[in-house]
Amino acid sequence: MTKVSMTVNGKAVSGEVEGRTLLSSFLREGLGLTGTHVGCDTSQCGACVVHVDGKPVKSCTVFAADVAGASVKTIEGMANADGSLSVLQQAFQDHHGLQCGFCTPGMVMSSAALLAENPKPTEHEVRHHLEGNICRCTGYHNIVKAVMAASGQDVSAVAAE
Amino acid sequence: MPKDHGIGASLKRREDVRFLTGRGVYTDDMALHGQTYAVFVRSTVAHGRIKSVNTAKAAAMPGVLAVFTGEDFKDVGGNPAGWLINSRDGTPMREPKRPVLAHGKVRHVGDAYAAVVAETYAQAKDAAQQIADDSVIEELPAIVDMKAAVADASNRVHDEIPDNLCFDWGWIEDNRAAVDAAMQAAPHKVTLELVNNRLVPNAMEPRASIGEYNPGTGDYKLTTTSQNPHLTRLLVAAFVLGIPENKLTVVAPDVGGGFGSKIYHYGEEALVLAAAKKLARPVRWTAERSESFLTDAHGRDHVTKIELGCTKDGQILAIRTETLANVGAYLSNFSTATPTFLHGTLMAGPYKVPHVYVNVKTVFTNTAPVDAYRGAGRPEATYSLERIIDKMCRELNLDPFEVRRKNLLTPDQFPYTTPVGLVYDTGNYQATLDKAMAMADVSGFAKRAAESKARGKLRGMGLSTWIEACGIAPSHLVGILGSRVGLYDAATVRVNATGNISVMTGAHSHGQGHETVFAQIVAEKLGIPESSVEIVHGDTSKIPFGMGSYGSRSLAVCGTAMTKAVDKIIAKGKKIAAHMLEASEGDITFEDGKFQVAGTDKAKTFGEIAFSAYVPHNYPLETLEPGLEETAFYDPANFTYPAGAYICEVEVDEGTGKVDVVAFHCADDFGNVMNPLIVEGQVHGGVGQGIGQALLEFTTYDENGQLLTGSYMDYPMPRAEDVPFYNVDYSCQTPCTHNPLGVKGCGEAGAIGSPPAVVNAVIDALHRGGHTHVKHIDMPVSPSRVWSAING
Ligand code: FES
Ligand code: FES
Repeated sequence: MTKVSMTVNGKAVSGEVEGRTLLSSFLREGLGLTGTHVGCDTSQCGACVVHVDGKPVKSCTVFAADVAGASVKTIEGMANADGSLSVLQQAFQDHHGLQCGFCTPGMVMSSAALLAENPKPTEHEVRHHLEGNICRCTGYHNIVKAVMAASGQDVSAVAAE
Repeated sequence: MPKDHGIGASLKRREDVRFLTGRGVYTDDMALHGQTYAVFVRSTVAHGRIKSVNTAKAAAMPGVLAVFTGEDFKDVGGNPAGWLINSRDGTPMREPKRPVLAHGKVRHVGDAYAAVVAETYAQAKDAAQQIADDSVIEELPAIVDMKAAVADASNRVHDEIPDNLCFDWGWIEDNRAAVDAAMQAAPHKVTLELVNNRLVPNAMEPRASIGEYNPGTGDYKLTTTSQNPHLTRLLVAAFVLGIPENKLTVVAPDVGGGFGSKIYHYGEEALVLAAAKKLARPVRWTAERSESFLTDAHGRDHVTKIELGCTKDGQILAIRTETLANVGAYLSNFSTATPTFLHGTLMAGPYKVPHVYVNVKTVFTNTAPVDAYRGAGRPEATYSLERIIDKMCRELNLDPFEVRRKNLLTPDQFPYTTPVGLVYDTGNYQATLDKAMAMADVSGFAKRAAESKARGKLRGMGLSTWIEACGIAPSHLVGILGSRVGLYDAATVRVNATGNISVMTGAHSHGQGHETVFAQIVAEKLGIPESSVEIVHGDTSKIPFGMGSYGSRSLAVCGTAMTKAVDKIIAKGKKIAAHMLEASEGDITFEDGKFQVAGTDKAKTFGEIAFSAYVPHNYPLETLEPGLEETAFYDPANFTYPAGAYICEVEVDEGTGKVDVVAFHCADDFGNVMNPLIVEGQVHGGVGQGIGQALLEFTTYDENGQLLTGSYMDYPMPRAEDVPFYNVDYSCQTPCTHNPLGVKGCGEAGAIGSPPAVVNAVIDALHRGGHTHVKHIDMPVSPSRVWSAING
């Protein structure tokens, strides 16, 4: 067991981890931040995406010890300071971009990373960017629409809600 | 102006806020004081005789608290099949015991034969590996292929079942001769052999269960990823472990999708409860995705020969099918109903076909159990039917739109009794066909095809006109058909003294948005804001009873129970109001949240009545109990029959065989629509899964019964890039005639109607490209299959 310290959602945290402890486990079990989900064991589903120093990372593929000292942001840190939903989160609700909610944290974190780099992505760019995030519920329609809407684009012409 | 509240409003979902902020609470998110971890020891061979399971070393390993083997559960009950199906000769289906842990034999890769509980997950995992190392399992030849399974009596999944056949079912057996004769006499006959590919449901939340036991009271609690906690309680308590039902609470908290796979009771649930009792500590288990692939009930897996007799101008005269349906190694709870009554009864489709006969042989193999997956039996029926109609059109050089129109039932023919045992209550199939054709701009297709061609692509258009029976179901009917449970539902409406409301529903939401849409209905009926209504679901200790959510039944069945309970509230409110307003009950009206003496301005608000029911100072106590809470159970009079027309356009790359879905149009009739936003989302999701089945997904076991597609590296899940925006319409509405909301259900439509539309479109594209020798391509219509078909 070694001690690891990092910043999570703006707060300094530390905990004892084994060398094999994944960041996803550290967040979920160590810190009780269960918004980060684990949907697979082959780094394919993207339910576990968080930001590490601003970059999207599948938290099931990195060891907690490897991100010592980093700044980590999870879904719990995505709302506005007053607790209201951020523009992106609000767009997911407005456009029904989630059903069971299990893929949602990863979708939001991945999409936020896209919008940070590409403020007005095309439909194709959104779909391509989300290639590492699986959703079984929505057929992706409303997720793509929500991300485009969050970027300020008019999505009213997209077939149906 | 679209409505902004109540029935029909596209209200945003209230549950979203918790999911979008990471505050959803799924089973694996719960941390419990003193919790322990269970890990299962799973067979690595598909078929084997258990010679010895040696747990001594594992039991002595650090942190290990308990070990279990099949021996520990050999005297408790098995996990039963929910439907008894009789074979054509009247004999009952073969029903082998499905134990908590395998005993004697292992029957599929992933079949659990031991389990370890330890202080930490890592310790449990290490000890489970030790048991695997210390056990001797004699490998037997695997039974994978269905045809071989029934042909070879020497190799048996269950030693007592010689031909690996669960049943040989004929529907309707008495009609067989007449159907054969009609087929014989038909001027034209079409034959098609097809495979409905085996799918893994893959809800994104893996299955998880936590068992708890209170030694002081003897109470058990199971928190689990379930679509129907009451049924799970019944199965675990009464059938498997022998616990009184009133000593077991089952909670299904936030559940991350189900699509059928979480309807059923699984052995892990019984194990964590038994272990919790033994240790008097919480015992938790969460599937790794690889375990989900190996052990969640899979879907589909039919091999079918369908024949169709028709006139030369495309009037369908007779349909006959023969299907081998894979049931896997054990009978999962609905597995015997899925290929029979959810499949054979739909084989007439939305058409007027005088003669239909369906034969299904259900076969045991050394593979994971197969059961209902989104659509369950109805996608298989629809696919067979819509593919062979398409083939008929090609053989006879007929227009597929006109042929559908010619054969569709017309609105004046309802109620219509099909030759396969259903009574369709209402519909307008021409309307949805017209709507879909308008949405798809069918007349503009040639121009689009020319544009595609200019880009080097073959464009094709495919149609499917589909129907399903859902909202299961009338208990008396399913009872006749072999169901061992009733399929009603229940709800309690509790009005609190201050006028806000808790509604306890037997339906369970795992993505469908019940918390929002059920509240809309109650709020509209009572004339109060949605925000005063709370929907409670998924906890057997709070809810009267319920059969859960599957088969698009939540709104049609449970929503009706809820509506009836609200009606009872209103009726009681009228009695209270009559007393308070000194009027006769018959003169009280209720509208917009107000009880009023008709023709006067004397009125009491809903809130005043609620308060009076709990503070009964001026109240008819001699004749009326205080309090305002009502429960209703509702058993539907019939199934509901959503239907629609789907049109898919694809582009095929002749060089690579790759298919792209470039447009998808859905015109559905769901009856009345309560929340359009949610309904559209349900269709999107279903179509996404249908496109996945049609183009991408497949489940392959090799000849040794090893699952080759056991992870997301190998099992191609549809990704955002694989699907288009969908064009969805639900404006053609023929309300269901036998439930008060007039609703039919929308959850499975997309998955039922879409696969044949996609495959028909691919065949159309190939024919337009001159590849007229291609009669059929099995799903998934992958690049290699398309390329081989073109070049074959
Ligand atoms: S859990 Fe990290 S990618 Fe699936
Ligand atoms: S919302 Fe359920 S997996 Fe995406």
